[in-house]
Amino acid sequence: MKNIYNFLLVLLLCTKLYAVNDNLIISEAFPEKLSDFSFFKDSSAQIPHDEVIPYELISTLFSDYSYKQRWVYVPKNKKAKYEEDWVFNFPTGSALIKTFYYPVDERNPSAGKQLLETRLLLRKEDGWEAVSYAWNKEQNEAYKKVAGKTINVAWTDFVGEEKEVRYRVPNVNQCKECHAADDKISPIGPKARNINKDLEFEDGNFNQLVYWMNREIIDEYPLELNSPVDWMDESKDINDRVRSYLDVNCGHCHSPTGNANSTGLYLHLNETRDIHLGKYKKPVATGRGSGGLKYSIVPGKPEESILLHRMESMDPGVMMPESGRALTHEEAVVMVREWILLMQN
Amino acid sequence: MGKNIFKQIKNLYCFRAFAVFVALFFVSNIISKEIVVEPGANAHERLQEAMILMEEGDILRIKSGYYSFEDGLSLDVDGVSVVGDGMEETILDFKNQKSGAQGLLVTSDKVTLKDFSILDAKGDALKVIGAKGINMINLRTEWTGGPKSTNGAYGFYPVESEDVLIDGCVAIGASDAGIYVGQSKNIIVRNSIAQYNVAGIEIENSYYADVYNNLASHNTGGILIFDLPDLPQQGGHHIRVFENQSIDNDTDNFAPEGNIVGEVPRGTGIIIMANSDVEVFNNLLSGNGTVNLSIVSYSDETDDPNYYPHPRRIQVHNNTYGPGGFDPDINTGDLAKTLFDISNGNMPDIFWDGVGPLSQMIFGQPDDEKLIISEDSEVTFLTISALKYMMGFSNPIRTDKEEFKGVINPLEPINIDGI
Repeated sequence: MKNIYNFLLVLLLCTKLYAVNDNLIISEAFPEKLSDFSFFKDSSAQIPHDEVIPYELISTLFSDYSYKQRWVYVPKNKKAKYEEDWVFNFPTGSALIKTFYYPVDERNPSAGKQLLETRLLLRKEDGWEAVSYAWNKEQNEAYKKVAGKTINVAWTDFVGEEKEVRYRVPNVNQCKECHAADDKISPIGPKARNINKDLEFEDGNFNQLVYWMNREIIDEYPLELNSPVDWMDESKDINDRVRSYLDVNCGHCHSPTGNANSTGLYLHLNETRDIHLGKYKKPVATGRGSGGLKYSIVPGKPEESILLHRMESMDPGVMMPESGRALTHEEAVVMVREWILLMQN
Repeated sequence: MGKNIFKQIKNLYCFRAFAVFVALFFVSNIISKEIVVEPGANAHERLQEAMILMEEGDILRIKSGYYSFEDGLSLDVDGVSVVGDGMEETILDFKNQKSGAQGLLVTSDKVTLKDFSILDAKGDALKVIGAKGINMINLRTEWTGGPKSTNGAYGFYPVESEDVLIDGCVAIGASDAGIYVGQSKNIIVRNSIAQYNVAGIEIENSYYADVYNNLASHNTGGILIFDLPDLPQQGGHHIRVFENQSIDNDTDNFAPEGNIVGEVPRGTGIIIMANSDVEVFNNLLSGNGTVNLSIVSYSDETDDPNYYPHPRRIQVHNNTYGPGGFDPDINTGDLAKTLFDISNGNMPDIFWDGVGPLSQMIFGQPDDEKLIISEDSEVTFLTISALKYMMGFSNPIRTDKEEFKGVINPLEPINIDGI
C-alpha cells in the first residue's frame, strides 16, 4: 500500500516537474506564483523544461542595461504560423517568457545574477495577455505584480563602476502601452526577421528559424527575410544599425498602428517617408519634450534634433521611451548622434 | 452564504448612492461595486491596483486627502468611474514623479473621471488615448509654480478619442494648452476655466466640437482652433465656439520653442487656423493686447498633399468686443508683428490674414467657402489683400466688414449620447 502511495507521489512529482502547466496558460486568472506554470526545471537557476525553448533577438529593446533571457513555449502538436512583417501567429496556449536580471558584477559571471522579474505573454483563447512576476529576495520564487513594483538595484559594470537604478516592474497597463497594436496586446520581438540568427542550444549551434522548424513549433518561414542588423555590430552600415535600433526601441509605439501614431513620427523598419521618419518634422503635442528644438531630426545637426534630446533625457516628462527607462543608453546615443551628423540634407 | 447576502446588500447601497450618477452618464443595468482608496502608505500601489482590477460598472472612489506619487497612473478598464471628493479635496500630487510621461493615462472606453485634482505632473497631467466615451467632470490640472516652460505640456489631453466631454474643469499653468483636444471627434468642452496656460483651450485636428460657456483668461492665447499637417487625422471642421469669455489673456508666451503654440503672441482671444466650418458667436472677447479674434492660414511650409492650410466657411457673429490690440506682442511669432506693421498700429477687433489658394487671392473666396462676419457696426476688422501685399502695393489692407456680410448658417449642435 505504502509503495503505491510512493509511486503515485513520484508520478505526481514527475508530472509537476516535467511538464508545463497548459491549463494555467489559458485560464482566465493568473496564478500568484510563477512556479505554478512550471516553465522551469530549476527556477533559481532559470533552467527551463525541454519544451521551453530559449531564443534571442537580433536587436533588443534597451531596459536600463538589464539583461534579458527569453524563452518560447508552444503546446505539443501545435504550431505558430509565419506572418509577413509581423510576429508569428502563435496558437492558443503558447507563452513567451522573459526574465530580466542584472549580473552582480559584469566582469565576473560567476558572481551570480540578481533576478528582477519574469514577464509573460500568454496566448489565451481570445488573444494575448501580459503579466509580470517579481522575484523575491531569496530568488527562489517570483510573485505576480499587477500594479508593478519599484526595485532599487545596484551592480558593477564592465569597467568596475558601481551602477544603480530605480528599476520599475511594469504594471499590466504599462505592458499594454508598448505591446499594443490596433488596441490589442501583441508580442513585439518574435518576428521571423528578428530571430533570423544563430544561437547555441544544448544540442548544438543552429539558426533559430531552422531550430524552430526542427522542434516543430513553426511549419514554414520565407528564405528571403529583410532582417534587421545587430545595432551593436559596428561592421554594419550605420543607417541599418540605427534603423534596427529605432525599430525595436521606438517602432512598436511609433508606427501607424502603435500607441504613438497620433504623433506622425514613425520609426518602424518599413517606414520610408522622410517627414514621418522625423526629417524636419515639427513636434505636434510634444510640449517641453521638444527641449526648445524645432524638428525631430535636423540632418547634420544632432544637437538640434528632438529625437536625440529625448533619448538623452532622464526627465520623465521628456524622455523616450516613456516607460521602461530610467537611465540613458549612452552607446545608442553615441550611434544616433553620429547617424544624424552624417545625414545629408 | 449570509456573508454574501450582506455583501450584496452593501453593494446595493453603493449602487443606490451612485445610481443617479451612473444613470446620468451610462444607461446600464450593470450592478456596480464601489472600491475605496484612502490616503496613507502605499497609496500609489493601492490606487493603481484598484484601477487595474476594477470591472465594468465599478466606481473607484479616491477619498479626500493629499496623495503624493512617484509614478504615473493608468486606467484601461471600460465603463468605470474614478471619483474623488472634489477638486479641492482629493489632490493627486506628482511633484516627486520619477516615472511615467503623464499623471494619469486613460486608454479605455466609457470612462468617467470626476472631482479630483492632478498637480505638477512631469509631463501631461491627464492624457486619454483612443477612448470612445470619456467624461472629465469637475477636475483640476495645475502646475502650482505659475507659468514656466518646465511645466508639463497639457492639462487635459484627450487624443484620437470620440465622445469627449470636458465639463466644469479647471486647467492652470500648462506650457502648451490647458485643455487640448487633438485628433478627436464629437467633443464638448463647457463650463470650464483655463488660466495661465500658453493656450487656454485648443481644439486641434478635430471634428465636431462645441466649446461653450468657458472662461479663458490670463493665458497667452485664449481659445485656439488649429489644424496641422502630417498627422493621421487632419482637416479639422465643424467647431462651434460660443458664449465663452476669452478675456485678459496677458501671459507672456512660455512654451518651449518648436511647438506650434510657441508662435502664439501674448494677448490673443481666439485664433482659428486652417479649419473649415467654424462658427464663433455670442462670446465676450476683451482685454486681449494683440487681437481679440484672428483667422489665419497655416503659414509654414509643408509637402503634405492631403493638407488644406486655409480657413474655410468661418462664421463670426454676435460677439461682444472689449478693448483689444493695445499691447501687441510683436516679438512672438509673425502674427502680431505683421498685423501691427500693416495696420500702422491700428489693431482691429477681428483680423483675417486673407491668405488662400492663388485663384482665391485673385478672384476672392467662392461663395460656399466665404468668411462671414455679422457684428455690430463699431466692431473693427482688417484683412490683407495678400497679392497686393506681396507685390508691395502701398495700401494692401481692407477694413470694411460689409464685404463679408452674409446669411449665417448655424452649425448643428454636438450631441453625445447620454450627456
